[in-house]
Amino acid sequence: MKPAPFRYHRPGSLAEALALLSQLGDAKLIAGGQSLAPMMNMRLVSPAALIDLNGIAGLDGISERNGFVEIGALARHHAVANSSVVKTHCPLLAQAAGAIGHYAIRARGTLGGSLAHADPAAQLPLVAATLNAEIVLAGKRGERRIAARDFFVSLMSTALAPDEIIVAARFPKSAPRERCAYTQFSRRTGDFALVGVACTLGSDGLTLGIGGVEDKPLVFADFGTTDAASVAHAVRERVSPAENPRVPAVFRKELVEILTRRAIQQCTSSN
Amino acid sequence: MYEFELKVNGERYVVRAEPRKLLSDVLREDCRLTGTHVGCEHGVCGACTVLVDGKPARACLVYAPQMEGHEITTIEAVAKDGKLSPLQQALHEAHGLQCGFCTAGIVMTFEAYLKENPRPTEAEVREVLAGNLCRCTGYHNIVRAILDAAAKA
Repeated sequence: MKPAPFRYHRPGSLAEALALLSQLGDAKLIAGGQSLAPMMNMRLVSPAALIDLNGIAGLDGISERNGFVEIGALARHHAVANSSVVKTHCPLLAQAAGAIGHYAIRARGTLGGSLAHADPAAQLPLVAATLNAEIVLAGKRGERRIAARDFFVSLMSTALAPDEIIVAARFPKSAPRERCAYTQFSRRTGDFALVGVACTLGSDGLTLGIGGVEDKPLVFADFGTTDAASVAHAVRERVSPAENPRVPAVFRKELVEILTRRAIQQCTSSN
Repeated sequence: MYEFELKVNGERYVVRAEPRKLLSDVLREDCRLTGTHVGCEHGVCGACTVLVDGKPARACLVYAPQMEGHEITTIEAVAKDGKLSPLQQALHEAHGLQCGFCTAGIVMTFEAYLKENPRPTEAEVREVLAGNLCRCTGYHNIVRAILDAAAKA
């Protein structure tokens, strides 16, 4: 359980990190390391170099501006879950960030790392897709912004170019009367969720994000009703989880229906 | 090889090691601080939990040179002048450990957590404790010890 050898770089600025990223062929960016380090320790990945982003100041901010909550890529899950700005203006994100892994994992794992890793069962990609957050990417030619629903391409693959770094994500602020809920099921507390459901109920009806089921987060809207049982059943019919000997597809479909129903009920019953 | 400086429990250590060396291994082998235990080496068991700038972290998910410029606290610094911390004392009194392998990680996790949330509910304690595997106790006495320590603080 020791990683293969690598060269270690800790740039002091974003410009330096971008330069290293384009110079070094086989390099991986490391932020919290809560997904990458286990994969390296198990030698599922063996990059020739690591570029440690933790030495870059100012990438962990959480602020509210122009209808968005903007969160720096290095913000830790624990900080996101407990931020009063996030709890007030984007409560879905606060709830989901608090449901990631364990306390020590949340203390170190980062928003940017989770988005870049794009695990289809992960909480933050699911919330980003559900709210269609804007992901801010830095490259040598400057910044570009991409909608989360276009960013996640497939299983652990994203629209991030090899020479780009995620610097922030901008989540739309929830509307004053909007409701939200996050529900998930894992076999043990802190394990990867088998299914996660993010739900918002606004003036335009329900939006439902379903994670852990296909190769990227799915988002459904326009149901024409807020009836929990009928929407949950409709969502169940629209997902096609893969068969897996340890997690049968029918079990995941059942979880999708139950977790969707619970999430909608939380939205419609809360004041 | 890579030379770097670590600050552990207020003391400086100059370490020469490959960058890939885990913090857990550097603490045990280079700093000779063997109170930090190594279990799964992929972040699941919690045995190697230490504090980085006061916050809990899996020492097996950190490569040691990443810790240059940070303050690391290990189990060796929790008891002061031979006197157990209130949490350690409570674990002792409530029979909150048997073989002791997981205990260092549990103590470090809750030394941090109780500072942040000094009066946790039992459900909150259980949620946080889920990040530390114990194969002996069945957890009940650990939960009781943590709640006792919080009540006495």
